[in-house]
Amino acid sequence: MKPSKFRYHRVRSQDELLQLLADNAGDARILAGGQSLIPMMNLRVAAPALLLDINDLQELGQITVEPEVVRIGALVRYRQLEASSVVKSELPLIAAALPHVAHLAIRNRGTLGGSLALADPAAEMPACILALDATLVVASIRGRRRIAAADFFRGPYETALGPDEMLEAVEIPRRPDALYFFDEVARRHGDYAIAGLAGIAPRPRQETGSLRLVYFGVSDRPHLARSALGLLAAGPVSDDRLAAAEAAVIEGLGTVNDGDGQGALRRHLARVLFRRAVRRLTEQSWS
Amino acid sequence: MEEVATISVQVNGQRITRTVPVRMSLADFLRQELELTGTHVGCEQGICGACTVVVNGRCSRSCLMLAVQVDGGTVETVEGATETGRLKPLQDAFYARAALQCGFCTPGILLTAAEFLDEHSAPSRAQIREALSGNYCRCTGYQAIVDAIETASASWRRPG
Repeated sequence: MKPSKFRYHRVRSQDELLQLLADNAGDARILAGGQSLIPMMNLRVAAPALLLDINDLQELGQITVEPEVVRIGALVRYRQLEASSVVKSELPLIAAALPHVAHLAIRNRGTLGGSLALADPAAEMPACILALDATLVVASIRGRRRIAAADFFRGPYETALGPDEMLEAVEIPRRPDALYFFDEVARRHGDYAIAGLAGIAPRPRQETGSLRLVYFGVSDRPHLARSALGLLAAGPVSDDRLAAAEAAVIEGLGTVNDGDGQGALRRHLARVLFRRAVRRLTEQSWS
Repeated sequence: MEEVATISVQVNGQRITRTVPVRMSLADFLRQELELTGTHVGCEQGICGACTVVVNGRCSRSCLMLAVQVDGGTVETVEGATETGRLKPLQDAFYARAALQCGFCTPGILLTAAEFLDEHSAPSRAQIREALSGNYCRCTGYQAIVDAIETASASWRRPG
């Protein structure tokens, strides 16, 4: 199990990277943490002709607090996020999700940007940034553009990134006071989830209409459960309304991933997670 | 054409310069070029944790890094961490509790546990198990390993 041959280049600046991406569009892959790309190369699922190592681009490794958003550079490692007081205070949903992302040694190298650009349907971070309605900043030699998380994830391992583009940063709206929920069911701690749910709701909870629930591991990309929003909007959450909302959410999932024969289990877990999330996010309990 | 690169890296305190194929993993570099065979290669896809080494001060999977990536950096393997005595409380506890059978996973677990103990004083057994979630042991069932790490935590000297 060794990767096929490739050329390797350690990039010295972002400008150099953009030029190389433009010159080698389609043949080059960016190497950030490498915690998904290298195993894919070892398994020869991926065989890029040119590897562009960006680990020296320290300007991509910064977490900065702006008036409305926390800006996280594409090379920020999970480890940095775990240690960041800003993430704890401004993005408690991300903080809650981090312990579920793989294991210590993987989090030491793996990057937020890498996870988003890879777009594994079962990964935690794409779901979190969609729940938080983040914006992805993408750069190429043609310029810079901003893409809403809702438009970024296109399918399994598919994003809106063009072959000459790089993910530069993600801008996540600050949500220090929001109620949040994060849970996943995995075979083993740190594994990719069979099914998981990231959710956020404003405080005070009268505005339940802006509850955002995002499933991961269930369908081909992070799935925003839009139908939940209206059904739980305003007023107390009765058992009837909850049941109706749950039915709508499950219906709205569409095609559930059944590649491993666990589609029925995923549907069941989607219900369980929905109940847990709504209970937490509405601060109510029922049997 | 196999692309090669010349790298210079500090391994276990010693400066080493070698020319290697760019597709050579750090694990293969340590084992085949430097004959540091305490780093074990299990799955080569980042799952089993047997190849865990310390790169620039942090535990990393050496199967998920290229040798060329550590150019200019530092690497510590189980051999180096044994020589400096950094692992001694853990090794003593593993020996006393017989916390290994075949020993294949042990180097990775020792280095992972050392970083974990550097950051956690008096960890719970649940925390220890979570810290070990990325290291497969197919012999012991983990009970003795958790016992040993718990024992070592009492005498562990945290840095700084």
